[in-house]
Amino acid sequence: MATRLKEVDAVIVGLGWTGGILAKELSAAGLKVVALERGKMFSTAEDFQVPQVRDELRYVQRHELMQNAARDTLTIRNNPNQEALPMRRLGSFLPGEGAGGSGMHWSGHTWRWTDMEFKVRSRYEERYGKSFIPADMTIQDWGITYAELEPYYDKFERVAAVSGKAGNIDGQIQPGGNPFEAPRAREYPLPPLTPILANEVFSAAAKNAGYHPFPRPSANASRAYTNPDGVRFGACQYCGFCQRFGCEANAKGSPHMTVIPIAMRNPNFELRTHAWVSKILKDASGKRVTGVTYTNVLNGEEFEQPASIVLLTAYALNNVHLMLLSGLGQPYDPVSQKGVIGKNYCYQTGAGATLFFEGRNFNPFMSAGGSSASADDFNTNWDFDRGKHGWIGGYNLSSGFNTALPIGYRPVPRGTPAWGKEWKAATAKWYQTAMNVGVSGSVMANRYNYFDLDPTYRNAFGQPLMRMTFDYKENEHKMGRHAAQVINDLAKSMNPTRLNEATARTEPWTVVPYQSTHNTGGTIMGTSPRSSALNKYLQSWDYHNLFVVGANVFAHNASYNPTGPVGALAYWTADAVKRYTKNPAPLVSA
Amino acid sequence: MKNVPFNRRAFLKSAVASSAAAVSVGLPQSAQAQQKAAAPPTPSAGYAFLNPDEAAFIEAVVDHMVPADELSPKGSDMGINTFIDRALAGGWGKGDRLYMQGPWKQGVPSQGYQLPLTPAELYRAGIASANAYCVKTYSKPFDKMPETQRQEFLVAWSTGKVNFENGPPARVFFTMLYQNVIEGMFSDPLYGGNQNKAGWKMIGFPGVIAVNQQNIEKYRDKKFPANPLGIADMS
Repeated sequence: MATRLKEVDAVIVGLGWTGGILAKELSAAGLKVVALERGKMFSTAEDFQVPQVRDELRYVQRHELMQNAARDTLTIRNNPNQEALPMRRLGSFLPGEGAGGSGMHWSGHTWRWTDMEFKVRSRYEERYGKSFIPADMTIQDWGITYAELEPYYDKFERVAAVSGKAGNIDGQIQPGGNPFEAPRAREYPLPPLTPILANEVFSAAAKNAGYHPFPRPSANASRAYTNPDGVRFGACQYCGFCQRFGCEANAKGSPHMTVIPIAMRNPNFELRTHAWVSKILKDASGKRVTGVTYTNVLNGEEFEQPASIVLLTAYALNNVHLMLLSGLGQPYDPVSQKGVIGKNYCYQTGAGATLFFEGRNFNPFMSAGGSSASADDFNTNWDFDRGKHGWIGGYNLSSGFNTALPIGYRPVPRGTPAWGKEWKAATAKWYQTAMNVGVSGSVMANRYNYFDLDPTYRNAFGQPLMRMTFDYKENEHKMGRHAAQVINDLAKSMNPTRLNEATARTEPWTVVPYQSTHNTGGTIMGTSPRSSALNKYLQSWDYHNLFVVGANVFAHNASYNPTGPVGALAYWTADAVKRYTKNPAPLVSA
Repeated sequence: MKNVPFNRRAFLKSAVASSAAAVSVGLPQSAQAQQKAAAPPTPSAGYAFLNPDEAAFIEAVVDHMVPADELSPKGSDMGINTFIDRALAGGWGKGDRLYMQGPWKQGVPSQGYQLPLTPAELYRAGIASANAYCVKTYSKPFDKMPETQRQEFLVAWSTGKVNFENGPPARVFFTMLYQNVIEGMFSDPLYGGNQNKAGWKMIGFPGVIAVNQQNIEKYRDKKFPANPLGIADMS
């Protein structure tokens, strides 16, 4: 029998970037806030010290900072005709666990998604006609605009110490930045990271080809920095251990050293770690949620935590899972296309080439998380005519290094044996003399890519696992072929000694190897309760005191990394919740 | 837990330790001295998980895949066999972070690992199956086969041309074994492999140092004088 605790103003489920931002903002606004986090507390001093943190086996191969698939995972299939089976070990994506969440082990890439995404259906229909969008492509407008989100992007960039170069300030194109970005009010808080050789080689070739390369914006402080909350950052040391690792220098913007400790200084806020939330509770009226039930995983004790407001801020996949487990909203059905919970799961795609340059020294071990040069000529460049290519979306073209450690990164020309003396010689010869050119590509929503509850498999708490049905569709394959051609043409223009050409992906999506922890959708925001789970303030259409924050609200997935809009939307939602507390009602009438 | 957003003392401690390492990289001789002083003990002989037949198989595999030459010692002299043994004896081998609930089905390749076996159990069954295949095909277990037969078998195994009768899927076991060989060659020496950082030296990976803010420009397109340091060298 669960112990019923005293009601609080707001309960936060999951404490990463989104939960941390809401914890800080709402406790500062005077709300009594409790956060429930299934993992432990982290601190730079105790958890991310040199030399222990420099351990590829522990953090990359053995998933030290990640969720434990033995306790909870997903079942996976490529289409509704397959039988889903559990993802028995993490692979393709790596959600984090603990106070700080995936915001501790990310690389820091921080982009501003624009109206090209937020108004995706209306803009493509307007320019290319309704028939340009395939019948099964369930893309829809998000209900929010870039102009509304701009101040919140700005806030997040300053909190997280993003280094970059503006390309468009108030409509004025800025030399050195991305000319295809949406207008910004002002520069990044920090200048760009120092370019590495691969960035320079790529940028020179990209310019020659008529593209517009620029330094990737990233929450790796290019110099020592104090953010607007007074949090001090060290300068990035280009240590080469970024993705999957915590940062010993406090140079990578992370919730465990920014918003979370600030919230913890506020007596209005309480963090309970090792608290596994298994259900969100609703009242008999079916209009309000009343709190959550959770288990203390250190001793098995069960609690009910009543709250006036529930803020669901776990990893995107976990947010959708909890909505389904709690019976909140109507589950999505791909046959009737009715229901919204589980709808529009999206992922990302990519392609890449490896270029070998005899005699050069790329020093791949010497890089920041964001040591990339990028070009958006086939991404946020709306002037690029998709009409003649027949695909929707975009891809960011880039080159650089991020965590190129030797278990995972040992490039050799295709055809090299996998072991023996010849393999050793090639591995030794090319490790420092190779670079990559690659793309990260968008994935448009599709009717048959979705989540529901698995009928067979259960987690450690006896609850159904969430079932993921996903594969790439023809739209992504067409874009992949275009991208591979662009990569290979660019790579050949650089005259490498040897070249492993990029190939367009044709195989089904697989749970191995690692691809991207950019899982989006499932409880999407939108303009109508018939087609979305949440309104533009990430407030549930069905339960007005429930807000769900994370990449699970994205109505489709872009080429860019998701954390920019995730952070901005968390600040946007914090303001909405503050208004909501004065008049607890739907913020948008259905 | 102190609720400070930035622990300056701890950061300085780490920055100082890191800077010392960076300096020693610039001075190869002192780095060497430091390495000698702090060198981890050689892993003690003996196996925690592998039985004698299994150990003979693994030693033969790692020595075939990583032969001695001017670039590195042979696999067992780098401790790759020890790395694998310890991995199997420890949490990873016993199924840490592996969802082990049934029902068990073969599924399709895109669904990933679906065996009802922990890594240690897969090794146990897999080595027995591989040796049975070798005895049937070559009249000898793998470790008694000459180089050319080892090579022929490994090529066939790695390209999906070998089936283990009534055993675990040959290809799944090969994939895991190969991954562990790579891990044993390139992970920190703390785990028993990559002894004397021979894997890192082979490619010029500098190890756990990495205070490179000043080095990005200094070493742009220049060879970095890496004399790798492991975790134990700096602890």
